[in-house]
Amino acid sequence: MKQEQKLSVSAIKNGTVIDHIPANNLFKVIRILGLENLEKQATFGTNLGSKKLGKKAIVKLTDKYFEDDEINRLILVAPEARLNIIKDYHVIEKKQVELPDEIIGISKCVNPKCVTNHENVLPKFNVMPAKDGVSLKCQYCEKITDKDNIEFIL
Amino acid sequence: MKNKSLVSIEDYGKEGMLKILELADYFEKNPNQKILEGKVIASLFFEPSTRTRLSFESAINKLGGRIIGFSDANSSSVTKGESLKDTIITVSKYSDLIVMRHPLEGSAKFASEISDVPIINAGDGANQHPTQTLLDLYSIYKTQGTLENLNIFMVGDLKYGRTVHSLIMALSHFNPTFNFISHEKLKVPTEYKLHLDDLGIKYYEHSEFTDIISRADIIYMTRVQRERFSDPLEYEKTKNIYVLKKDMLVGTKDNLKILHPLPRVNEISEDVDDSKEAYYFTQALNGVYTRQAIIAATLGLV
Ligand SMILES: Nc1ncnc2c1ncn2[C@@H]1O[C@H](COP(=O)(O)OP(=O)(O)OP(=O)(O)O)[C@@H](O)[C@H]1O
Ligand SMILES: [Mg+2]
Ligand SMILES: [Zn+2]
Repeated sequence: MKQEQKLSVSAIKNGTVIDHIPANNLFKVIRILGLENLEKQATFGTNLGSKKLGKKAIVKLTDKYFEDDEINRLILVAPEARLNIIKDYHVIEKKQVELPDEIIGISKCVNPKCVTNHENVLPKFNVMPAKDGVSLKCQYCEKITDKDNIEFIL
Repeated sequence: MKNKSLVSIEDYGKEGMLKILELADYFEKNPNQKILEGKVIASLFFEPSTRTRLSFESAINKLGGRIIGFSDANSSSVTKGESLKDTIITVSKYSDLIVMRHPLEGSAKFASEISDVPIINAGDGANQHPTQTLLDLYSIYKTQGTLENLNIFMVGDLKYGRTVHSLIMALSHFNPTFNFISHEKLKVPTEYKLHLDDLGIKYYEHSEFTDIISRADIIYMTRVQRERFSDPLEYEKTKNIYVLKKDMLVGTKDNLKILHPLPRVNEISEDVDDSKEAYYFTQALNGVYTRQAIIAATLGLV
């Protein structure tokens, strides 16, 4: 009974579980991590109950592991996400999303006169901590895009 | 090659800036050095500019270089819908250096990433105009004999003026004291004030343009633009408050010099022009020496 409750999406032997994803951002997480093209087994659960997030999503990936840089790209969509590395059905390590130095190609620059909104170039930002999470300083026009103005391009 | 570009004033640290000033001084003393002989410099002005373009072209001519390019986007392939990327890639095949002004912010950085030759940013929209900042610094250095510990007054549009912002950042390496004089709506943006706070640099904000200027080493005047005000009456009023008149120079310091990035509208009355404090036209000339220095340094010719 206890086991059933715990594993609301099926168990994996080895791989990675990404937990505590805000339910409405599951698809962004999938795109940011490039999981659409994954060839291995994957299960996605969403609208699961969570004390922290209200409704959360969870991703379970067999035999898939991430570099810290890849995980840190989730800072805009799932800053509270927790990575669980699974070996032999057990969680052997937990990782958190950390503030990356830069974010490339996930969201738009808020400045309509910015070159990234007119030419074929991926927006690049330096990431800075802010009261309500992070703010992004465009590496091209140097303008700040704050959390409320983030527009995703995925 | 790519990292040699001058995109933002932050690309040069304190040492880099001082090196340019030293070189500018050398070119002022020896203006006709044919170090660009055999070189082709592209001058791409996607947006019209008189002073900046002409002073670059004058600098290139004095150095013996050849110029290709255009002086507004209408005479370029932009009108045929060519992307900036394609224009830059193509022109970088024809030239040894590209000087560019473009209305999009960040365009110079973008160009520096795709060009085979260095880029000098001659203004990217409201963002950066580093050669202006360097010529302002050179003018201050020349008239004061130092950049350290000066009392700098800035007057006019301190909110939108990019020359003001870049100069604040550049001077913050030299322990200045700033006095900012502007209309309530045109004050220095918070991010620059936070930067000064972090560095422990003193600054004072004033809404009145009065005899406080008696302490100034430099007064940096700027133009208040009509577009900044939704109420035309308020513009007219403001425009006429932040005006430097000749009688205000009584009792100021002997070493005081008045700078202005030009063009001027009415913010310095014309009777100031022949006073010993007026320096803005010489400042414009300094732009030629400074740009000679920047071009020479960017191409690694000195
Ligand atoms: N073998 C497994 N296969 C699939 N999912 C697993 C496996 N083991 C654990 N999980 C899932 O990984 C997540 C973390 O497991 P853990 O046992 O650490 O739970 P927890 O104590 O609730 O952790 P947290 O405080 O991070 O929420 C849970 O969502 C759990 O369901
Ligand atoms: Mg849990
Ligand atoms: Zn931008």
